[in-house]
Amino acid sequence: MSPSGAELLRQVKSQIEEVDPSEVAELIDEGVTVIDVRETEEYAAGHLPGARHVPRSYLESRIEGVVPDRSTQVILYCASGNRSAYGARTLKDELGYEHVRSMTGGITLWKDRGYEVEVPRTLTPEQRERYSRHMLVPEIGIEGQQKLLDAKVLLLGAGGLGSPTALYLAAAGVGTLGIVDDDVVDLSNLQRQVIHSTQRIGIPKVDSAEESIHALNPDVNVVKYQTRIDASNIVEIIEGYDVIVDGVDNFPTRYLLNDASVRLKIPVVSASILGFDGQLSVFKPYEGPCYRCLFREPPPAELAPSCGANGVLGVLPGTMGLLQATEVVKLVVGIGEPAIGRLLLYDALGATLTEVKVHRDPECPICSRDPQDIADEELGVFPDYEAFCAAAG
Amino acid sequence: MATIKIPPVLRASVGGEKEVSASGENVGDVLKDLASTHPATQSQLFSAEGELNRYVNVYLNDEDVRVLDGLATAVGDSDTLVILPAMAGGR
Repeated sequence: MSPSGAELLRQVKSQIEEVDPSEVAELIDEGVTVIDVRETEEYAAGHLPGARHVPRSYLESRIEGVVPDRSTQVILYCASGNRSAYGARTLKDELGYEHVRSMTGGITLWKDRGYEVEVPRTLTPEQRERYSRHMLVPEIGIEGQQKLLDAKVLLLGAGGLGSPTALYLAAAGVGTLGIVDDDVVDLSNLQRQVIHSTQRIGIPKVDSAEESIHALNPDVNVVKYQTRIDASNIVEIIEGYDVIVDGVDNFPTRYLLNDASVRLKIPVVSASILGFDGQLSVFKPYEGPCYRCLFREPPPAELAPSCGANGVLGVLPGTMGLLQATEVVKLVVGIGEPAIGRLLLYDALGATLTEVKVHRDPECPICSRDPQDIADEELGVFPDYEAFCAAAG
Repeated sequence: MATIKIPPVLRASVGGEKEVSASGENVGDVLKDLASTHPATQSQLFSAEGELNRYVNVYLNDEDVRVLDGLATAVGDSDTLVILPAMAGGR
């Protein structure tokens, strides 16, 4: 005869290990993995500190994304300790997790004992739907999405690189996007600058970009800086941003940005493009090299095609800009291995990606020193490059 | 013969090639061989004193030769040198 529900529960509980909330409270301080197997609304109303959410109905399909190593110590809980008992049996008997336990009495007993409950900030139903494909990626999930929504990312330039970066970061739900650009949309931009449009030729790029961003995701707060970045305004503009995306088209600004971002300890995701070639690296101050560690000084004008107008494959800034957007998301969410200390070289014609190492220069004029020792007048100190470019024609 | 990857800004100096071969026991010799075959690269790679210009990075495979033995770094036939000047285009 088949067992009753109550009998089945007794059987299951006899086959698994249970753990008292008092022990869980101690283990949480030691960093044990705690999984909440309740439904989404229950988790949103409050959960154990640091608990990850894997609803019981998705346990088999999603647990490996959250706990890839089967020898990890895992504690499951639910409201009263029943659903988590079934879940623990599944993990132990069917998926081979070696150290899995179910918390006795669930979060109800946990609260009765007076232990702390963390109430997560919740997403609106519209946000849940919009970002649902992020929620399904274990490395991002609701916590990662919340970090994206809280993030402030500054884009230097709404041109070739800035266009795709801005669109995808807006789509990904980055809460605040600052855009610095003093230019207006020109017909010759539209071969690659996909954030603008034929109807918006002649209007400022920051306004055009804002329109496209809001059409894609009205939640994004766009902060517009219709100006050229220089030594007098850079600190004021970049201060307070979490990540800066460097898509500028000239060396003086790249060096200026480097020096200011090192002083303010803001990571910069940097890319450059020319013809069919692209370069990308992430400069995270004091954790990896800075731009001056990579290129101590700029090349002379004849080796610096950025001085004048040069050709570029229209698709290339798309490729490089989206690699930048990917690095931004990784930095914000805190996942993967950002390209810190590495320079990626993309050759579109050959369809090859080459990687070289970039080391911190112990004699770097900027990042070998403490940030507070880098003075205002030192930011972006540079040969008189604009005069040099002008002289070179 | 080692392989040298030529960056876009130097390609005009080597007849438009993306990769060329050059011989030499070490990085300095390989680059000098390149400069003798393609004289236009000489002033772009080396200063008047014969040092590698500070704005040009050279990698042996994936490692910056400045953290190896610089121009004296030994080069084998199967090695690739990557020449890399800074690039700033973004628009």
